[in-house]
Amino acid sequence: MDFLFDGITQITWQQILMWIIGGGLIYLAIVKNLEPSLLLPMGFGAILVNIPMSGVLNQVLPGIGEVNGIIDWLFEVGIESAEMMPLLLFIGIGAMIDFGPLLANPRLLLFGAAAQFGIFATITVATLFGFSLADAASIGIIGAADGPTSILVSQVLKSNYIGPIAVAAYSYMALVPIIQPIAIKMCTTKKDRMIRMTYNPKSVTRKTRLLFPIAVTIISGLVAPASISLVGFLMFGNLIRECGVLRSLSETAQNDLVNLITLLLGITISASMKAETFITLETFLIMGLGLLAFVFDTIAGALFAKFLNLFLKEKINPMVGAAGISAFPMSSRVIQKMGLEADSQNHLLMHAVGANVSGQIASVIAGGVIIGLIPGLM
Amino acid sequence: MNNINVINSLKLMGMGMSAIFVVIIVIYLVVNLMLKLTSRKIK
Repeated sequence: MDFLFDGITQITWQQILMWIIGGGLIYLAIVKNLEPSLLLPMGFGAILVNIPMSGVLNQVLPGIGEVNGIIDWLFEVGIESAEMMPLLLFIGIGAMIDFGPLLANPRLLLFGAAAQFGIFATITVATLFGFSLADAASIGIIGAADGPTSILVSQVLKSNYIGPIAVAAYSYMALVPIIQPIAIKMCTTKKDRMIRMTYNPKSVTRKTRLLFPIAVTIISGLVAPASISLVGFLMFGNLIRECGVLRSLSETAQNDLVNLITLLLGITISASMKAETFITLETFLIMGLGLLAFVFDTIAGALFAKFLNLFLKEKINPMVGAAGISAFPMSSRVIQKMGLEADSQNHLLMHAVGANVSGQIASVIAGGVIIGLIPGLM
Repeated sequence: MNNINVINSLKLMGMGMSAIFVVIIVIYLVVNLMLKLTSRKIK
């Protein structure tokens, strides 16, 4: 009857710690309602893969040989081989995004670009901590504030830290309403936050909405070819939304596809949350650096708006610049709330939404640019 | 700490931010062009 105790005798303290971490993620998902669709599967997966001799992982059984585990298989097929899951998720995200507020005020595109600075600043800080350039870039991309991009880039760059990176990316996305106000207050005055912006949107025709995803794909593909899988799938989803003749597909992409991939992505990522690779000093560093990336992004966006204000007659509220991160729509809601706190008549939502969706485009371009540039620098 | 990695990360920062801004500015110009062209047709 010894076999009944095999599992118990093989438990390590690291595995028990991973159960606690998994339980913590489940707690945050259920009780605090923080990104529950991702954190709950990741938390449960963290428990699943850290049970001794877990059948969800590949293992060698005496007398039988190698047996495939479902979570390892999902990871190999869904993420490792061609980054299928994060890319398919982008079709759904593209189908969900309305680029109207951005097209009505295209100068907001610039804030999306500026707010990606946090990615690169964090990469430099990560190299100062001794990470290799590929690992540092995978950590920096947490600043894209976009879970699928973080997973994809860290996988393409063969980072050893995909688990902690995914946990950090999704946790901090959920914590945007806490992180951004603090970062914004660090670099703006109340007078800055009170700046009112008039909303005079340009009329956006259906033709423009249709041409936009195609144009973005071609431009991004020509200038940064490595970004084409990310940008292309995002824009493909958006074209399905805007074309008007694929309503059923658009709804499927927005709901069924996103739900299905999200359901599997969280639990699949847990393949990289095995105790022996997760419980390390680097994991704690990555969590810290991920937070830094979000703070740098926010500050860079706000400071860029302040810089533009030196040359503009109609001033831009720096908080709109801070909305240039990809965490959509949380960031725009945060900016709207902060605008109203500073001045009860200061409605910034539409400007913030424009900058926010711009951040979505810029973050996937940043991911592609990093994938394209890293090999030449190593 | 590896100095070469730090220097390369700074190079990556320069090239990466330039690339992102180039792509975004080109998209900005194309969007403005599209808005102009399509609004003319409406008139």
